Amino acid sequence: MDLLTFFMLAVPLVLFAAVVILHPSPVYSAMSLVVVMSFLALYFFFLDAHMLGWFQIIVYAGSIMVLFLFVIMLLNLQNDPQEHQQPSLRTASRIGGAVLIAELVFLFSRSSSSEKAAAELPEGFGTVVALSEKLFTDFLIPFEITSILLLIAAVGAVVLAKR
Amino acid sequence: MIDIAISAILTVFILANIMNLGGLLLWVERKGSAILQDRIGANRAALLGKLPINIGIINTLVADPIKLFTKEDFVPPNADKFLHWMAPILAMVPALIAFIAIPFGDILVIGEREINLQAANLNVGILYILGMVSLGVYGVVLAGWASNSRWALLGGIRASAQMISYEIALGLALIGVVMTFGTLDLQEIARAQGHMIGGVLPGWGIFYQPVAFFIFLTAGIAESKRIPFDLPEAEAELISGYFTEYSGAKQATFMLVDFLESIIVAGLITTLFFGGWQVPFLMRDGLHLPGDIFYPLPSLLVTLVQHGAFVTKLAFFCWLQIMIRWTLPRFRYDQLINLGWKILLPIALANVLVTGLMILIFQA
Repeated sequence: MDLLTFFMLAVPLVLFAAVVILHPSPVYSAMSLVVVMSFLALYFFFLDAHMLGWFQIIVYAGSIMVLFLFVIMLLNLQNDPQEHQQPSLRTASRIGGAVLIAELVFLFSRSSSSEKAAAELPEGFGTVVALSEKLFTDFLIPFEITSILLLIAAVGAVVLAKR
Repeated sequence: MIDIAISAILTVFILANIMNLGGLLLWVERKGSAILQDRIGANRAALLGKLPINIGIINTLVADPIKLFTKEDFVPPNADKFLHWMAPILAMVPALIAFIAIPFGDILVIGEREINLQAANLNVGILYILGMVSLGVYGVVLAGWASNSRWALLGGIRASAQMISYEIALGLALIGVVMTFGTLDLQEIARAQGHMIGGVLPGWGIFYQPVAFFIFLTAGIAESKRIPFDLPEAEAELISGYFTEYSGAKQATFMLVDFLESIIVAGLITTLFFGGWQVPFLMRDGLHLPGDIFYPLPSLLVTLVQHGAFVTKLAFFCWLQIMIRWTLPRFRYDQLINLGWKILLPIALANVLVTGLMILIFQA
């Protein structure tokens, strides 16, 4: 991916990510998050990881965010009332954000000095076959542990819902 | 340059044709409902009131759009104006562009050039269509929310829960098919169905994955929100559900999206379970009948016949969905969710397991 493509995707992505946290209406926030997910999928497409890109759209933009919207609409969440916010929390979150930005700036200013050339992609990179081969040979145990973790979460949710 | 031009022509061809088919289905639906309910139906547009023949089709295809597009476009005063305007577009775009990944013929040979009759040859075509289907939910849900009306909101909430539930069954049914053919490329899947089982039975997906076919058909109708799964727009309870507060061209958009989604479901069923453009015994070089009888045919004729077969199958499954719509009564909402989670999901999971076992047995 060249620098121009990177910034053409990065600028709207960051803008929409800002809308997610700044917009008072929860529905607009959720929809902006959908746009952010779609831009992430576009990144995957430009990096030749087509399958990952479509999973990003199907799973995150298509399913998880619909669930978010469902909850927002079911609870009929209104715009975020400003008066409930505590001033001390606000100060704390500002300090936390500033520290996070400082950390990121520090890290990126160090890493950019040792710039690496893009490595040559292996044969069949990003295709279903290549991805599943990695998933079921090199990364089999993490893959299975993740699926068991998700299963535990699903069973836990059912148990909690039955209470 | 020529490649881009060919892609553009194929895309325009697909878009124009499925838009036309969507409009035509509206007439088929009216006429089909009339036949099933034993009445004459859409016939009140005899030209100048004089022609004796039944040309009700003119009513649906010409008078209806004129009426819909010249009606007042009303936006409720307390609606969210921006999202109310965005929702029909968000519903329309994924439904329109999903079809480009479906192959509508084999290879068309013009001179030296071989044209793959598929607007976009994606190696993850199934994932692309699933992605588009899952994005199509937003138009419906946002229409329900932005209208600021209780009917519309209930319709939107119902739609989001229903689409998520049935997407899972839909995806799992597709996993069985993908395991059988070993690819996510829809053109490859269509080509893989060209052989004959035992010399007589066409090697179509339905003979390998009959269970997946019924799950896919059920979940597909549920995804396109048609009776018996039209709870999001149940007019007896919710007026028109999520598009209660829409009028004129925007309401027509939502109606068209319903038909476009049926066309996509029909296209996927055709491609995955009924051989796509395959005609039994017809290969690229000619007719191979059992007993080593061979009639060579020109390649252009074969391509045209195969395209005709695809269109016929597609039209049949569109018609089948309309017949189902006018035959079955609507589910209750708890029945709908139970069917999705407690019946279709376990069967689809079992289908994946059995398919895996079969593949292991036949490979060993």
